[in-house]
Amino acid sequence: MRAAQKAVVEVVVVVTKFLKTILPIVFVAVTLPAGAKVLPEDRSDVMYHGYDGGGVTIQGPSVLVRKAYKDKISVWGNYYADMISGASIDVEATASKYSETRTEYSLGADYLYDKTILGVGYTQSEEDDYSAQTFRVSVSQDFFGDLTTLSMGYAFGDDTVRRNGDDVFEDEAQHQSFRLELTQILTTQLIMNVGVESVTDEGFLNNPYRSVRFRDSGSANGFSYQAENYPRTRNSDAMAIRAMYYLPYRAALRGEYRYYSDSWGIDAHNGEVSYTHPIGDHWEFDASFRYYDQTNADFYADIFAFQDAQNFLARDKELSAFSSTSIGAGASYSFGHEGFWVFSKGSANLYVDYVMFDYENFSDVTAGAALGEEPLYQFDAVVLRAYLSLWF
Amino acid sequence: MKTILIGIILLLLQSCTTIEPWVSPFERSKLADPIMSFSRAPADSAYMHHVRQAREGARGAEGGGGGGCGCN
Repeated sequence: MRAAQKAVVEVVVVVTKFLKTILPIVFVAVTLPAGAKVLPEDRSDVMYHGYDGGGVTIQGPSVLVRKAYKDKISVWGNYYADMISGASIDVEATASKYSETRTEYSLGADYLYDKTILGVGYTQSEEDDYSAQTFRVSVSQDFFGDLTTLSMGYAFGDDTVRRNGDDVFEDEAQHQSFRLELTQILTTQLIMNVGVESVTDEGFLNNPYRSVRFRDSGSANGFSYQAENYPRTRNSDAMAIRAMYYLPYRAALRGEYRYYSDSWGIDAHNGEVSYTHPIGDHWEFDASFRYYDQTNADFYADIFAFQDAQNFLARDKELSAFSSTSIGAGASYSFGHEGFWVFSKGSANLYVDYVMFDYENFSDVTAGAALGEEPLYQFDAVVLRAYLSLWF
Repeated sequence: MKTILIGIILLLLQSCTTIEPWVSPFERSKLADPIMSFSRAPADSAYMHHVRQAREGARGAEGGGGGGCGCN
């Protein structure tokens, strides 16, 4: 009997030792299964985009093509143009209407190695009075049984700023951004994403055409204009949290909150909810609601007390205190699921956002009211995207 | 007492190292549905980021790869 007990104890000890040795190996094998990370899909998108609001119309194409080779490297290219006409209220009071085109070319590549994707990208943007180039690198890694994805990115931008009608003026600006993102699968129906990004700017950061108002008793309407002047540095931090939930009847609910703060004194919050509802095998409908709110920059004023009232002066409405509310709707129709020509499937998409901007300390000078009695500015904009997507 | 404490600590450490992924690959069919993508059309997302960066003071942490618009 004693011998039997001894034998049982020995077996238990051996099994325990075996489990202690094998469990970490099993754990590693379970948490790190091979080959789950994949490159982005091969696809091309041909888009028409249009923005209409506040006296400005901006429209143009965007063409994006992405193709992978041997499931190892995926290259992409994007052509994008903004054709701008009209004049926003910031310049309407002091300058004539204008039209111009901004053209942007981007190229990039993503390299897949095991569970890591390394990405590089380059963008060149050209306008009559502004040239910008941006370099990007990023790395994305899956771990913990591919439940978690960590990605990091760094971008460097180098801009040259000019002013139409002024051959002497030329300045520059540099931008750097650091981004960190964590995406986590929480349940079989819930996924979450947390991201932070810091941006630093240095150089000529204001718009060379915009002016600020100051009180001037010598002027008939009680004020005059002078050129705005921004600080030559800006640092900002933004953090966002997003979640997406798969509803029991095949539909997706998405929520987002973002907080932003910068060295110019702007604090901003925005929240968004959106809902995607497929009908049948071909149709998908989307609805979204977004609210954005920001405080004004420290050196912003609707009107300054006198000329050169302080070192830094701004009256850009983008730096004022305001809020905006967006309502979005869209539909997507997918076709050719069995494949056609060289494509595996396609979709036609139309999305429209209606955005209402309400400014809290930016007066509408064009309203013609007396100084101090001008109404606060507000405007609505329509943002449209119509595109064809083809997968191959 | 000392043995019990060490035992508890070891047990805790053991439990820390054995948290296993709780959603298996075969349980991710719903998450793999195209409707469950944070950014479904890259050209559309990039454009919306650009529009918002031009109209709003805030920038960064937009999701979907980030990057600036390279414009004034």
